[in-house]
Amino acid sequence: MSEAVAAPLPPPPANAYVAALRTVREVIANDRKAQIGAWILVGSIVVAVIGPYVAPHDVELPNTDIRLTGPTLSNIMGTDHLGRDLFSRIISGLTVSLQVAAGAVLIAVIVGVPIGAYSGYKGGWIDSVIMRIMDAVIAMPGRLLAIALVAAIGPSVGALWFAISFGSVPRYARLIRGGVLAQKEREYVEAARSIGESPGSTLLRYVLPNAMAPVIVQITLNFPSAITAEASLSFLGLGLVPPTISWGQMLSAAQQYLEVAPWLAIFPGLALSVLIMGFVLLGDALRDHLDPRYHGRRRARRRTPA
Amino acid sequence: MLIRYSARRLLETIPTLFIISMIVFSLVLLIPGDRVLVMLGYSGGDIADVISPEVYERMRIRLGVDDPIPLQYGRWLSRALQGDLGTSALHAIPVLDIILARLPATIYLALSSIILGAVIAIPLGVAAAVRQDTWVDKVANGVVLFGLVTPGFWVALMLVLLFGVYLGWLPTIGYAAPQDDFPEFARHLALPSIVLGLDFAANVIRFIRTDFLEQMREDYVRTARAKGLSERIVIWKHIFKNSMLATVTVLGFDISRLMGGSTVIESLFAYPGISFLLIQSIFNRDFATVQGVVLFLALMVIFMNYLADILYALLNPRIRYE
Repeated sequence: MSEAVAAPLPPPPANAYVAALRTVREVIANDRKAQIGAWILVGSIVVAVIGPYVAPHDVELPNTDIRLTGPTLSNIMGTDHLGRDLFSRIISGLTVSLQVAAGAVLIAVIVGVPIGAYSGYKGGWIDSVIMRIMDAVIAMPGRLLAIALVAAIGPSVGALWFAISFGSVPRYARLIRGGVLAQKEREYVEAARSIGESPGSTLLRYVLPNAMAPVIVQITLNFPSAITAEASLSFLGLGLVPPTISWGQMLSAAQQYLEVAPWLAIFPGLALSVLIMGFVLLGDALRDHLDPRYHGRRRARRRTPA
Repeated sequence: MLIRYSARRLLETIPTLFIISMIVFSLVLLIPGDRVLVMLGYSGGDIADVISPEVYERMRIRLGVDDPIPLQYGRWLSRALQGDLGTSALHAIPVLDIILARLPATIYLALSSIILGAVIAIPLGVAAAVRQDTWVDKVANGVVLFGLVTPGFWVALMLVLLFGVYLGWLPTIGYAAPQDDFPEFARHLALPSIVLGLDFAANVIRFIRTDFLEQMREDYVRTARAKGLSERIVIWKHIFKNSMLATVTVLGFDISRLMGGSTVIESLFAYPGISFLLIQSIFNRDFATVQGVVLFLALMVIFMNYLADILYALLNPRIRYE
């Protein structure tokens, strides 16, 4: 291994992040399902950001003349029990749904990544203890845990972020720990350490970029469960409460009017399904291409050290 | 060998159980306000009117709120281990009794969803793999995608709309005990089981299909074919047997998801199982029951996962010797 010592300094760190993103772009370019998923997501994000400004009607303005009317030209998805425009409310609901899900996923990543990195880096009994705790959290049904947490803290966006992210923290911790363990002994990491790079900086510059692919896959697949969790909690009356608009809450209210106004139950659910489908299609495609565990036995890749 | 493996796995679950019990205990600490009042189900109004000083004092002593938290936890755990999960503030009976009374309904629902899910998923998953890229495969893919993207409670609402509101064939809320009125029991079980079963099936189909496709490329399959065995025997006697092994594990681990999903479904159908009890107790601020139910459900899931592990080892001797 004398070559490793003589090898030039480690590659510029930014490249690995760029490479991970480039792979994502390649997958999207070559996989039709990933394309559909990506378009749904891009569309959803655009609507979520500009939607509330261009929505055809005020989301809170009641109009008693058109209570519980079915889809018409001016209210294309019909109106609710107060005569409010369902289409405009669904657009608002999209913004809220994405905010809650994105916050929850972000928190899980921000908490999970350092835990996993520290655990893998330290090794020994610290690693065993941390990983046991992570196993225990994973073993608990996530939705149940979220319900219990929200019930204890009370309903708010912050409580939802905490409750929904709690159960997915271990997934990121495990992934990153695996990445750290795999990279720890590599020559370039040792080289980085020997030229005086601090552990934190080694982690950020060399280890994390190489563990990016599975994390991206995990994030994409984490969104559907976060979205469903928020919707379910709000449906149960434990999540977001009015005046915040949530699809789950809209569906819960729709139960009362199922006979006279079925559109109230149909459209928010369709919106939820389409949004989730965006993430599922993209996530599945990314996993098939990026996650080595799903490559199958045909493509046993032999890795050459970087 | 199997006994030793089972024992070792059982030992391994102990730290997990321990940590879970800590999380469940901590839940109550998160609730804002005087914990004695919280556990007594106090929900506003003049305290003196609702709660007598003796009751307050008794709860204070039971919880030992002045003691350090670890001591409180220890006391709570040792009571829980003896089956004492406290007393429901709402019903004034032991929490464990309430849970056990609701348990059969939840078990019936879980069993019927699993059976329904397996009946849909196993043939469809196998057919999709064997006839890859044909219409069967496309149907199976469609079912999988549908299951993955549609939230269960929305599917439930749509089924209520179709079978309850428009067709009027099935009841949309409630429950009947099987020993009292079996046909009514089955009718009440139908919709919630379909919703949970479909969700379950989606995962299982996907799993079986992938696993089957992988098995079909294995050497033993080539050997079996080379020996001149008919395709039917290769598929059903060789691959199917091997594939079921992995499926059992997925089933075991999916119970956890099923339990999580069933909270919304039980509530939506006002189906009086344990999950619905949890939601009812939350709204009644009956936190002793909430705590008890969460602990009970978590233990049930861990136990199911454990059983799945043992079953896996039973079917696959290689695991045991590792």
